[in-house]
Amino acid sequence: MADTMQFDLVSPERKLASGAVRAVQIPATEGDLTAMPDHAPMITTLRPGLLTSEGPEGESRFVVTGGFAEITPAGTTVLAERAFPAGAEARAALEAILAETRAKAATVSGPEKDALDKTAGDLERTIAAL
Amino acid sequence: MPNLKDLKNRIGSVKSTRKITKAMQMVAAAKLRRAQDAAEAARPYADKMADVVNGLAASVAGSSTAPKLLAGTGSEQTHLLVVMTAERGLCGGFNSSIVKVARYRAEKLLKEGKTVKILTVGKKGREQLKRDLGAHLVGHVDLSDVKRVGYENAADISKRVFEMFDAGEFDVATIFFNRFESVISQIPTPQQIIPAEVPAEAGAEMLYDYEPSEEAILEDLLPRSVTTQIFTALLENAASEQGARMSAMDNATRNAGDMIDRLTIQYNRSRQAAITKELIEIISGAEAL
Repeated sequence: MADTMQFDLVSPERKLASGAVRAVQIPATEGDLTAMPDHAPMITTLRPGLLTSEGPEGESRFVVTGGFAEITPAGTTVLAERAFPAGAEARAALEAILAETRAKAATVSGPEKDALDKTAGDLERTIAAL
Repeated sequence: MPNLKDLKNRIGSVKSTRKITKAMQMVAAAKLRRAQDAAEAARPYADKMADVVNGLAASVAGSSTAPKLLAGTGSEQTHLLVVMTAERGLCGGFNSSIVKVARYRAEKLLKEGKTVKILTVGKKGREQLKRDLGAHLVGHVDLSDVKRVGYENAADISKRVFEMFDAGEFDVATIFFNRFESVISQIPTPQQIIPAEVPAEAGAEMLYDYEPSEEAILEDLLPRSVTTQIFTALLENAASEQGARMSAMDNATRNAGDMIDRLTIQYNRSRQAAITKELIEIISGAEAL
C-alpha cells in the first residue's frame, strides 16, 4: 500500500497546497474525517473549520470556509470557497466572515437562520481552535 | 502648402500621442501578464468543479428531483443575457465584438418571440447596447472601482442572477465574454450557465460515496459552479481586454511613427522649397542689376 497520496487544496483564486501527504483531516459537513491513501472514492461538502495535512515535512494547517472535497484512492482534492494558511491573517478574515454571518442571521428566520447560526458556531469554534 | 509652423506643431502633437500610446501598450503588457497569471491560477478549481458537477449531473439528470438550476424551469420563454465588457475603451474591437455577438443573439431571440432581458457588466457594453436594446436592459454591474477582479465580484454578479432566477424573472441565462486565445486573438463566446449544460458523454468513471446525498451536494455545488463560471469569464475577459489593448496600442504606436516620418519629410521639403525660393529671388534680383 502506498503510504502517501496526492493532496491539492485550491480556492477559486489560487492553489494553496499541492504535494504528497500521508493523511488529510477534513472538516466535512457531517463530521470531521481523515482521508488516507486508498480511501474509498467519495465526495463531501465542507463546513467552516481547520484542515490539517500531514506531509513529509510535518503538519500544515489551513482554514477553510466551505466548499467540497473529492477523495479518491490516489489522492484528495479540496475545493474551498475561501482558504487561508492558519495564522493571524486567517483569524482576521474569519472574524470578518463571522460578523457578516451574524448580521445576516439576524435578518432572516426559519431554516435559513438555523443554517447561518450553525455556520456562525462553526466559525467561532474554528477561531478558538486557531 | 501648409506653413512650417503648422507642420512643426503637428509633428509635436503626433509625437506626444505616440508617447501616450507607447506607455499604454507597456502598461497593458504588464497588466496582461498579471491577468494571465490570475486566469491560470483559477483554472484548477474551475476544471475540478466542472468535472464533479458534470459527473453528478449525469447521474441525477432525468430524475424528477433534479434541482431547477440543472433541469431548468421547464420553459424557455425568457432569456437573460449577461454581457461582460470592459470599463474602459481604447482596446480595439474588444467591446464591440462582444456587443455584436450579444446583439445578434438578442435579435434572434426576439424574432422567435422570446422575451429578452440584458444584464450588463462593464460600462462600455451598456453604452453600446443602450441605443437599440435599451428597453431590455434590466441591470448593470459596475466594476470601474475594481482594480483586480476577485471571486467576490463574481459572487456579487451571481447573487443578482440567482435573485432574479428565484423570483422567476428568467428561464435561461447566458453569459457573453471574450475568451482569451492569444494577444492578437480574443474570441467572443456565449456560454449558457442556467440551466447547467451537461456534455452528453459526461459520467463519473468512479463510483463515489456522497456525503450528504447526491441531491444535497448538487444543490450546494450548482450555485458555486455558476459563480465559478462567471469568475472564469471575468478573468478571461480581463486578460482579453489587456491583450486587445496591447495590440491596439501597438498598432497606434506604429501608425504614429509612420505619420511622424511622413510629416517630417513634408516639413523638410517645405523648408527646402522656402530656401530655394529665397535663393532664386536673390539671384534673379542680382542678375537684374
